[in-house]
Amino acid sequence: MKARKDEFPILTSQRLVYLDTAASSLTPKRVIEKMNEYYGEYPVNVHRGVYALSHRATEQYTNARQTIADFIGAAFEEVVFTRGASSALNLVALTYGAQHLNSGDEVIVSELEHHSHVLPWQQIAKKTGAKLIYVPLAKDGRITVEAFKSVLTDKTKIVALTHVSNVMGYVTPLEEIIPLAHEKGAIVSVDAAQSAPHMPLDVKQLDADFLAFSGHKMCGPTGIGVLYGKRALLEGLEPLEYGGDMNDNVEKDGGTWKDTPYKFETGTPPIAEALGLAEAIHYLSSIGFDTVRAHEHALFKRALAGLRTIPDITVYNPEADTGIVNFNIDGVHPHDAVSFFDEDHVALRAGHHCAQLLIKWLAVPATLRASFYVYNDERDVDTFLDVVRRARDFFKEIGF
Amino acid sequence: MHQLENLYRQIIMDHYKHPRNKGLKDDPTYQTRRIKNPSCGDDVTIQSKVVNGIVKDVRHDGSGCSICCSSASVLSQRMKDETVDDALALVDDYLTMIINKDKKLNEALDDALAYQGVRDFPARVKCATIAWKAFADTLKKG
Ligand SMILES: Cc1ncc(COP(=O)(O)O)c(C=O)c1O
Repeated sequence: MKARKDEFPILTSQRLVYLDTAASSLTPKRVIEKMNEYYGEYPVNVHRGVYALSHRATEQYTNARQTIADFIGAAFEEVVFTRGASSALNLVALTYGAQHLNSGDEVIVSELEHHSHVLPWQQIAKKTGAKLIYVPLAKDGRITVEAFKSVLTDKTKIVALTHVSNVMGYVTPLEEIIPLAHEKGAIVSVDAAQSAPHMPLDVKQLDADFLAFSGHKMCGPTGIGVLYGKRALLEGLEPLEYGGDMNDNVEKDGGTWKDTPYKFETGTPPIAEALGLAEAIHYLSSIGFDTVRAHEHALFKRALAGLRTIPDITVYNPEADTGIVNFNIDGVHPHDAVSFFDEDHVALRAGHHCAQLLIKWLAVPATLRASFYVYNDERDVDTFLDVVRRARDFFKEIGF
Repeated sequence: MHQLENLYRQIIMDHYKHPRNKGLKDDPTYQTRRIKNPSCGDDVTIQSKVVNGIVKDVRHDGSGCSICCSSASVLSQRMKDETVDDALALVDDYLTMIINKDKKLNEALDDALAYQGVRDFPARVKCATIAWKAFADTLKKG
């Protein structure tokens, strides 16, 4: 595919090689316009007014949810809007986890998890007396089916795993792991923050019980994310937050709740953001998720081949399945390195990427991460490689 | 590129490669403060020993990028034998130098003037300031 640079205002207004999509993607013009349409043409609340404008806003908002449901192969009722992947993953732990875990139960997680898919389970485990069990990672840092089997027991009640690692770019073999978990009667929570933006996703085929992702990593706005949950599971859960919109009937001594998804969504929702996310999904679907994935992986391969020709470079994930390169210039702290990139208008990420467990597993202080998306092309990769080469020469020359 | 070169060429590489006063003292007459920057992994501990209102010794330890580690070393040299009041004033001048372009530089910062280049790298301000902030905290404790 041809990179879609002219569709992104930030790329036409300044010199920028943007390689930090794994943190947040850039926003295409049509998504910005869709959100402006809401604020310009029907900027009113949903589900409340009975006047025409509110009807239009509500219709748009409802369509947005349907678009998202269709995108992941779910039913309308199974799509809960949240503030992002983090709040969606917390919602699973704070509702399903808190309402189902007992002392002695086991929750399987991994060191590949983003902090927002391990800290909530740590906290719930402490409260309920459940135990966190870590899948031992393979030599290259992957979660393998064999390693998963070695920790799966009759006590396993919940399996919380990332679909794609935000640092290593590995795809977890969930098609095999999920049926094994279900045989033991466990439910599976999937962090899809790094998969939904980059590859075809079908929650029914995957048979995930819960699955979460964020708008801002897939050409959508910040402030919105999605929790998918199987309808029967969502129906069985007590909400986490109470207030306007989520109730059916309110009495002095209690109330009754709406059906899912509304019982999980109290208060005025992020309306423009929901429309923006739906528009982003239309945009990415128009390219095709298979195409997106192949494009990113081709750029990854080009980057990897180039990095191999530069001395003093360590790549931690040469076998990545997606468009994420995780590396260091030997002897140079990533924060020193990243300023060099910044001066050359190449944006990449230095640090622990909200995955301290993995950084500890790698036994390094921090790493550099470059991640590719639909607006990147081979020239971006070549610019990146050129800067890596010059950065390496510079730091070695001054004595690092 | 030039700006980064200027920044690193000066004092910074010397102190990064050959840190002065590194290693902590197991001595209760020292005040200790540790600051971490969780977003990048910088982790600095500063100790100061004050006798009769005079900074007699500054020690540092930790891990992080060159700006962070070297600035702790430069600090530890510069603050020796200053009064607590003068030391705190120098910290203020240092922080001002890094954050505010328009303010006049205090030449008394001496080697620490090398860090004025950090102004051109706003994303590195935290790296250059955590050791100095930790030091000020030790004086305020004591
Ligand atoms: C794998 C993964 N999970 C969860 C998150 C959290 O997403 P958000 O910050 O949008 O809540 C991220 C992004 O930072 C991520 O990469």
